[in-house]
Amino acid sequence: MKQYPPSEEVDFLIVGAGAAGGVMAKELSTAGFSVVVLEQGPYLGEKDFEHDEIKYTMLSAMTNDLGRQPHTYRNSEAARATVPGAKVVQYGRQVGGGTVHFTANYWRLWESDFRQKSKWGGVAGASLADWPISYADLEPYYTKAEEELGVSGLAGANPFEAWRSKPYPLPPLPVKSSGVIFERATRKLGLHPFPAPMAILSQPYRGRGTCAHCGFCEGFGCEVRAKSSTLGTVIPVAERTGRCEIRPDSYTRKIETGADGRVRGAVYFDANRREVFQRAKAVVVCANGSETPRLLLMSKSSRFPQGLANSSGLVGKHLMVDCGFEAFGIFEHPLNEFKSVQTTRVIHDFYEPDPKRGFHGGGGIDARFDFYPISFALSGLPKDAPRWGREWKKMVGHNFARTLTLEAHATCLPQERNSITLDPDTKDDWGLPAMRVTFDYHPDDGSNMKYLLARQVEILEATEAQKIWTDMTDLSLLPHNHLLGTCRMGDDPKTSVVDRYHRAHDVSNLFLVDGSSLVTACCQPTCTIQELAYRAAEHIAGQAQKAAI
Amino acid sequence: MSRRRWLAVSPLGAGWAAVLAAQEHAHNAMRSAAPAALSALSAAEAMEISAIASQIIPSGESPGAREAGVIYFIDRALATFDTGKRALYTKGLEEAERKRAELFPGSRSIAELATDQQIRLLEAIESTEFFEQVRTHSIMGFFGNPSYGGNRDLVGWKLIGFEDRFHFEPPFGYYDGPGGTMGNP
Repeated sequence: MKQYPPSEEVDFLIVGAGAAGGVMAKELSTAGFSVVVLEQGPYLGEKDFEHDEIKYTMLSAMTNDLGRQPHTYRNSEAARATVPGAKVVQYGRQVGGGTVHFTANYWRLWESDFRQKSKWGGVAGASLADWPISYADLEPYYTKAEEELGVSGLAGANPFEAWRSKPYPLPPLPVKSSGVIFERATRKLGLHPFPAPMAILSQPYRGRGTCAHCGFCEGFGCEVRAKSSTLGTVIPVAERTGRCEIRPDSYTRKIETGADGRVRGAVYFDANRREVFQRAKAVVVCANGSETPRLLLMSKSSRFPQGLANSSGLVGKHLMVDCGFEAFGIFEHPLNEFKSVQTTRVIHDFYEPDPKRGFHGGGGIDARFDFYPISFALSGLPKDAPRWGREWKKMVGHNFARTLTLEAHATCLPQERNSITLDPDTKDDWGLPAMRVTFDYHPDDGSNMKYLLARQVEILEATEAQKIWTDMTDLSLLPHNHLLGTCRMGDDPKTSVVDRYHRAHDVSNLFLVDGSSLVTACCQPTCTIQELAYRAAEHIAGQAQKAAI
Repeated sequence: MSRRRWLAVSPLGAGWAAVLAAQEHAHNAMRSAAPAALSALSAAEAMEISAIASQIIPSGESPGAREAGVIYFIDRALATFDTGKRALYTKGLEEAERKRAELFPGSRSIAELATDQQIRLLEAIESTEFFEQVRTHSIMGFFGNPSYGGNRDLVGWKLIGFEDRFHFEPPFGYYDGPGGTMGNP
């Protein structure tokens, strides 16, 4: 692999080797540019991944670790933020980022997602806005992402799906028992189930093998490279150009700005916690919707006293996360949902907001099983079941193979009050200010989640479930994996942080490409984050070739 | 990614090095012909914690915490990736012993109580942080990867019908098989 001395000024320095960073690295290096990618986590491979629930779920072996990198949480600016008992934000922390451990749901946005404000008007208390770009602008890049990375699905099966120029490159994965039960019930109700679009290979594709249905997708790395993570797809392509160096265990603490107001590179801690300065002609931050604003706020300078690229004051604002409650059913016969991918059937019938509901929001619903053995034994039984002892043990033994989950993936409204900032007191193990998360749901988010939960229950009632129950746990205190909106995209530098091509309004050679760019959030963001990266890379490469950066 | 299944997970925050240490420890213990040694707990504490774990996951129709070696998992957790929970065990066990003496005057240990007495004691402490922690650790030890020293002979996974394999073929369950589909969609 190519190695650059830090003193060499590379064309692009990318911070973060995840969903977007991996795509940027591949696109920019294959376009002929020299690229260094700084990744705070390790460089793991298939041989390192294991079926080990303790290691990955409980010991954060592939995600941010609250012990070494604490964050603080409060539900409003008036409250004092404290380190929570469990993570509130969670992100992938290795080469490949969240695409290594994600469930691999790969949903395109709807055309209407890009013009929520003009279609539905404002929502009191929320900063709903239109995107500066449309679905038509992005469609070619959705297609490119699906083809390059490898996505399984069935075009046209979802009658609500936006138009597409090409079908999915791979057919859907085989349906599971949850999918059969869900499909039958939703059709009975006049709804429109379709095969879940998944970034997991249903057939051999471009030198990679088919999913072995081992069941360890959600929270785990794929041992057979069937999951279309950036680790298993575009990052090896970037490295093969001989122009891209992936530098793991490199934790960026500051982007340096020159007297001319342009960025010059970044300072990071290497594996031995030595500070290193890597020079670059341009910097692309792909560190996710929580770490990207944190890094900008840590990169204050005399020229940018509010934080880098923050003349709008909006860096870190409008944090949006994953929303949705769960409903459960028990069935007579084993479903064995621990086998194969997490979900095989979805509906989008309630995705589009409807003013008649009395609130703004919508979402998709999928059928799945959300547990591994430990997590099921800890919390998978109905709420009225015993929690220990002979009867509990009997129920755990009976129910594990027979439980079905319906999960909603719902709108999260953007609110300026929800933010990522720097905690004034708490520091991480490297002495850097901890991330401070301020978050609470908009009332419409709560109404929407309850509305969708009622639909989930209706669907379960249309099955042969022997028992049905719901869970309305306070989601604001659970780990959120979709971290979005904190450096929103827009045409107006007063109301957005990056322009329609992800260039910071304030700094011409700084680009922010990840979930932080999203203007609105619904459901499953990885697909959109990656197509934005393909589109941004094409534009940035073109600008660099014209020396316009 | 789901949210609910993370709810019951305590943040251990010990990192990967501690996991490797725990696995190495368990691996060495399994290779050794000598009886498994305790690292964090005293023999007396281990007897008491084991008695509690054995009522949380009782033996009977099928193996329970005792046969799975849950106490060895807990001991190793407290010696490696979960050292921060050691004080909770000490304090929690002291309080449990006081409650035992109060409920069953003249008794000498939790381990020596009759089964129904042990259950009554656990019912009296089941809302404490200590009980919750022993429950969590017992479940981790019973249903976790055997490389951590518990789940011996895969008794936890056999109980629930879970198989740790690298490859499955459809049909995966009853409803996507010939008996359950009524016409595979």
